[in-house]
Order: sequence, then structure tokens, then C-alpha cells
Amino acid sequence: MMHDNTLVQVRHVDVQFQQHTVLQDVSLKMQRDEIITLIGPNGAGKSTLVRVMLGLLIPHKGSVFRQPNMRVGYMPQRLTLDPILPLTVTRFLTLGSLKKTAIIQHVLTEVGAEHLFKRPIQSLSGGEMQRVLLARALLREPDLLVLDEPIQGVDVTGQYELYELIAQIRKQRGCGILMVSHDLHLVMAATDCVVCLNQKVCCLGHPKTVVQDPAYLKLFGPRAARDLAIYTHSHEQ
Amino acid sequence: MEDFLWRALLGGLGVAVIAGPLGCFIVWRRMAYFGDTLAHSALLGIALGFLLNLKLTVHLELLTLSSLLMLSTLIVCLAIALLLVILESQKRFATDTLLGILAHSALSLGLVALAFLQGEGLRIDLYAYLFGDLLAITRTDLYWIYGGGGLILLSLVFIWQSLLSITIHEELAQVEGVSVAWIRLLFMLMVALVIAIAMKIVGILLITSMLIIPAAAARSLAKTPEQMAVLASIIGALAVVIGLTLSWHWDIPTGPAVVVAATLLFILTFLLPRTAR
Repeated sequence: MMHDNTLVQVRHVDVQFQQHTVLQDVSLKMQRDEIITLIGPNGAGKSTLVRVMLGLLIPHKGSVFRQPNMRVGYMPQRLTLDPILPLTVTRFLTLGSLKKTAIIQHVLTEVGAEHLFKRPIQSLSGGEMQRVLLARALLREPDLLVLDEPIQGVDVTGQYELYELIAQIRKQRGCGILMVSHDLHLVMAATDCVVCLNQKVCCLGHPKTVVQDPAYLKLFGPRAARDLAIYTHSHEQ
Repeated sequence: MEDFLWRALLGGLGVAVIAGPLGCFIVWRRMAYFGDTLAHSALLGIALGFLLNLKLTVHLELLTLSSLLMLSTLIVCLAIALLLVILESQKRFATDTLLGILAHSALSLGLVALAFLQGEGLRIDLYAYLFGDLLAITRTDLYWIYGGGGLILLSLVFIWQSLLSITIHEELAQVEGVSVAWIRLLFMLMVALVIAIAMKIVGILLITSMLIIPAAAARSLAKTPEQMAVLASIIGALAVVIGLTLSWHWDIPTGPAVVVAATLLFILTFLLPRTAR
């Protein structure tokens, strides 16, 4: 079996919490240079699946393959920090990986947050926080980038900008990108594969086909097809 | 200056220096109540020490009473710390409820046990254990403080980045390769150790204040976590010097005097104008 390009692969994974089935018979493969978006309603098990793929949670059934020595950049859903801990953006970034100031500034510029260098973390807006979290993930020089609801708390303009940024990152770094989205309204057209999760994998495929899939419509309701705006990348691949 | 005053100063300063950075983490991790619970259970350790002393007269050539008490306290604190780690993962009761129950039942159990021992002829000064007895510090106490303190400081330096990372976002730290479980355990053990060795200074009921108040005072002046840790040690040391002086001149109990001094310093830094915000 060729594992060269495969970063993470889960096969027939089951996860239960106190007699409650969170994931059932889930299989998914994550490769380099591809963007997969995981969508599903609340309680669908998206965060749990991400935890399994990150190696934070061991499933009750099934197998998990993770590329040895794989570098992972993780962008968590949110970060709330008590004001009693004085922490600047730079200090926060050096906690993930000790890099020289020049490199930190370079990555901050890449995510459009160079002006936040010395700011206290507690003073950041939603959009600024997301960029800083992304910078921390990128500083790990990841083979796999995992973004948990990256546009949460970001205004609409910021959302478009972040999606542009993510597409650019894939192009420049060639890493695999796994995104979790709770948000139905914007699905990146540059996503190679959308996975609909509701304890099981309901449907899977390119965004254009998934939107027409009866399983998708059953999961999100017929309104979803109308409400869904597929964000079209101005630069086609 | 008298010998005992030198010892008191050295002992107090030693504890202040360790309590600074450790106290910062207690504040950052919101573990003040946890620290307090460990401190309350220390009285159970004292009772156990006296019990052993009474029943095991044969082995006492190796250990002074003071060291025996230190060891028994340490063992009980470590045991309670481990118990708390286990209890944290259960879901039936909120953590702070459990902490409250554990803290006060341990203290009460210790007091009851000591009452029985006093019935058998034991004479102890309870006040000293509850509020400290800084002016009665011995050379052996100093060895414990600087030996244990040195160990704690060294370990803290070693795990500083990891512990900070865990405190800010535990899952992120775990993904980035930090051994979360080990680091948390090590930190708990350090807190148990500092409580055992700081008992002589401010006593069981006031130890947590030596951890929290200098750290809180340092916050107003610090811009990085490292600055806050160092400043907390300095402020704690200052509180010890002021407290000792006040205690000496006005004949007031030393432990509470140190805590009052620390509180005054906290109010001072709190009221400072924030020019650079």
C-alpha cells in the first residue's frame, strides 16, 4: 500500500461516549495537497473525528494511520485567555515553536497580521485572533493543517479573505488541509472534497455534486440548497 | 541582628522566591481553591506525623520530629493531590464542591486526631501550624526550604514552556507534542511540595495567599508571563521583609503580618496609573 501521499487515514472508526454513539463506521483519507471540508449539524461528531485524526482520541473500533514524523498545524476553534495572563501575540507564537523574530514577522505578514506583533492577545478582535491562530499553525511548517471552524467570529469580508488565504497556503506549501465548518453558507469552491458527517459519513464528493446529493438535502433540508452560496474563487485552479 | 531573625529572613525569602512563579501558575490555571484544599489537608499530615512519633519511638534516631512532620505532611499532600486528579475526571459533583468538602473534612479530621493525641499527653501549639511560626525556624527547616525549593525551581524552569502552553490551550499543546498528563502531574506534585515547606512561614490557612497575592500584585506591572513570575518573587520577598519588620517592632504574629504586607503591595500596584496600556 502506497502511504507516501497519505497523511492520515481512518478506517471504520467507532467512537462512543457513555453509551452514546458519536461516530459510527467512519472512514476518511487525508492526502497532501488537498483540501477537505467537514460539514455537519451540531453534535454530528466533527470535532470528535478531528480529535481522532489528530491522535488526541483513540477510537473504540477501527484503525487510524498517521504518517510518522508528520508535522501538524492545528488551529483550534477558539482561544479564550484570562486577562490575568499577560501575553503578547509574539510570545503566544513562540510557545508553539521557537522561531526567530524575522520568521515570525514573515508568517504574520503572510496571514495579514503583521501589525499585531506586540499586541496583547486579550485585545484582539475575532478576526485578528483567527489570523494569529493560523500563524501559529503555519509556524510549525505543517504537512497537515487542521482548521476547526476557521471563520467563527469573523465578519463577512474577513471570511472571504481567510478563504483566499487558505487556498493560497495550499498552493504555496502543498500541505493537506482539513477544515471543519459548521457554517453552511459559504463553502469554498476550491475545496476538493466535502464530507457530510452525522455520526456516519452521509455523502462525500466535490462541492458541486454534494449540493445535489439527496443525502445532503436530507441532512440539511431543502432550504440548504437555496441558502447555500458557493463561493467561487476568482482565480480558477 | 539575632540568629533567629536571620533564619526567619532567609526562610521567608526562600519561600517567597519559589512562591512567585508557582503562584503565577496557580493564578493562571485558576487553582487557588485547589491549593487551599491541599493546605487544609496538611493538618491531617501533621496529625499523622505526631501519631507516628508517638507510636514508633524506635526509629526516631534517624529523624528529628520536625523532619518527620515535614515528611508526613508531604506524603498526605501528595496523596490528596493524586486523589484530586482522579476526582477531577468524575462528573457527579462540581470540582469546587468536592474541593470544599475535602478541604474542610481533612482539616477537621486532623483537628479531631490531634485532640485524641492531646488526650494522650501531646502538647502542641496549634496556632503555629495554622498561621505559621516564622520566628521559630530552625536550620533543618532552612535545609528543607532551600533543598525542596531548589528542586521546585529547577523543575519549573525545565517545564516552563510546556506548562505555559498547556495553561493557554491544552488541546493545542497536546497536538504540538506536549505530554499533558505528565506535566500536569508534575505541577500538582510541586504545589504539594511548596505547601509542605511553606507551612512554617505563614501556616496552613494562609499559604495560598503567599502564592496568589504577590502574583496578582505582579500582574499590574508585567507584560510577559516571565516578567510576572520574577516580579511575583520580588514582591513576595518584599512582603516578607516588611512583614518581619512590622512583626518585630509591633509584636504581632509574623505570618499574618507578611500577608498584610503583601496585600498592601497588591493595593499599591493596583492603584498605579496605567500609562503604558
